[in-house]
Amino acid sequence: MIIAERKPLEEILSMIGQARSVLIAGCATCVADCMAGGEREVGILASALRIAQRQRNGDVEFVEATVERQCEREFIDRIRELVEKADIVISTACGIGVQAMAERYGTKPIYPGVNTRFLGLREEEGLWTERCGACGDCTLHLTGGVCPVARCSKSLLNGPCGGSTKGKCEVSDEIDCGWQLIVDRLKALGQLDLLEVNIPPKNWASGRHGGPRKVIKKELRDEKRK
Amino acid sequence: MKAGSNLERILTEGKFAVTAELGPPKSADAEVIRKKADLLKGKVDAVNITDNQTAIVRMSSIGAAKLALDKGIEPIMQMVCRDRNRIAMQSDILGAYALGIRNMLCLTGDHQKFGNHPTAKNVFDLDSMQLLDMVKRMRDNKTFMCGDEIRNSKKAPVVEPKLFIGAAENPFAHPYEFRAIRLAKKVKAGADFIQTQCIFDLPRFKEWMKEVVDMGLHEKVFILAGLMPIKSPKTLEYMKKNVAGMSIPDALVERMKGASDPKEEGVKFVVELIQEVKQIEGIRGVHIMAVEWEEVVPTIVERAGLLPRP
Repeated sequence: MIIAERKPLEEILSMIGQARSVLIAGCATCVADCMAGGEREVGILASALRIAQRQRNGDVEFVEATVERQCEREFIDRIRELVEKADIVISTACGIGVQAMAERYGTKPIYPGVNTRFLGLREEEGLWTERCGACGDCTLHLTGGVCPVARCSKSLLNGPCGGSTKGKCEVSDEIDCGWQLIVDRLKALGQLDLLEVNIPPKNWASGRHGGPRKVIKKELRDEKRK
Repeated sequence: MKAGSNLERILTEGKFAVTAELGPPKSADAEVIRKKADLLKGKVDAVNITDNQTAIVRMSSIGAAKLALDKGIEPIMQMVCRDRNRIAMQSDILGAYALGIRNMLCLTGDHQKFGNHPTAKNVFDLDSMQLLDMVKRMRDNKTFMCGDEIRNSKKAPVVEPKLFIGAAENPFAHPYEFRAIRLAKKVKAGADFIQTQCIFDLPRFKEWMKEVVDMGLHEKVFILAGLMPIKSPKTLEYMKKNVAGMSIPDALVERMKGASDPKEEGVKFVVELIQEVKQIEGIRGVHIMAVEWEEVVPTIVERAGLLPRP
């Protein structure tokens, strides 16, 4: 899922500026799971903003609304009335949700309430970690199901580098060495011979480096045209 | 001879090679390089010109290598994967060769987190293995990575960069069981010579070299043992604590602490180590990394009985 983190309150306050009516729009999917922008977090953010505004003698109305998925038009259409009434919208959805709202409501300022961090999972209570770099060219079958692009600090395809120590990355001992995880997993799978293979340079063009990406399913497009 | 460098000649002739590190300045001051080059000339066979080491901005490796070359000392241009993509790398390799550079060391590079621009975007388009392979293809197949011939036009001559290709390997990083295998991958990718991470833990180094020899890798690649003279016990303790992928025995820290003249002890340790590594099967030379202490290199080389240079 998409992992996000709420922005600092000061930053959000600075976006509000002169607005008198603010809609805080949450999303009940990924950002709710990672406790950054679901219904509960929208409530917390609204309360914090109300208190902060009162302390500054501001007179701003904060309205709360959370939709099932902000990345889908049919869900964001359901809050049209609230969006139209507000001067600005603070969306606590991921960057996709913010943009979906902005596309849907062309003349309404839609501002981000969270920082979209990465594609990952909940590893433990209160701990989310990255798993996928969305590189567009998956080679997890070569690396024991552990992604070197997302989990090695240098995205090395022929790691580990000389900075791997006791299973930790040179960047921080808070980071597991992705290549140590790959070696351990290949050992468990009895596939250590894969480590002897020189992996060739990656085609980064399938990732972000090829420009904004699109997936087209021709049969569905043809269907639509009929 | 693949590149015809002095270092290649010495190693190919079976002579014990000596290289040292020459760090470029954090300024545009060419005099720094010239002074260091004067100091090292005739004392070592070639000098490694580091490439923004520890991700701190310094004079470019190519620029500094050319300055060293003009002073009559052979450079080994280092290149890291952190700051350049395959386009910039190949372009810089052409430029370096055109300027007379004949040795190159291919490295992954320290993460930018350690340097003075930790908010920079890193590149790592290639890793060190893929960089080695690319440089070898440019030399031996006379083609760019994309397959195009290295010539200016269909009628122009092919002028490929003929470099003596080096790589680093760190026997002290984990997992230990993978370190000799990784060396084999580098040899397969195209490494002609290897300079190891600096040795403080000799037993572990010997254990790794034994694996290397058992795999027959010492017959396919020239291995130079990395050495670092230490000025004080403080430096050693700092590295033990903060530098990843190093193995520094407590006994060595104690030895440095107990020394009345730590600098002399640091030199003594390296001179002793040279005698030790010379006895190890498969070791074809030493690489002395006296970081910002280049002036000690001539003393070490002389006391180790490695002068005059061939």
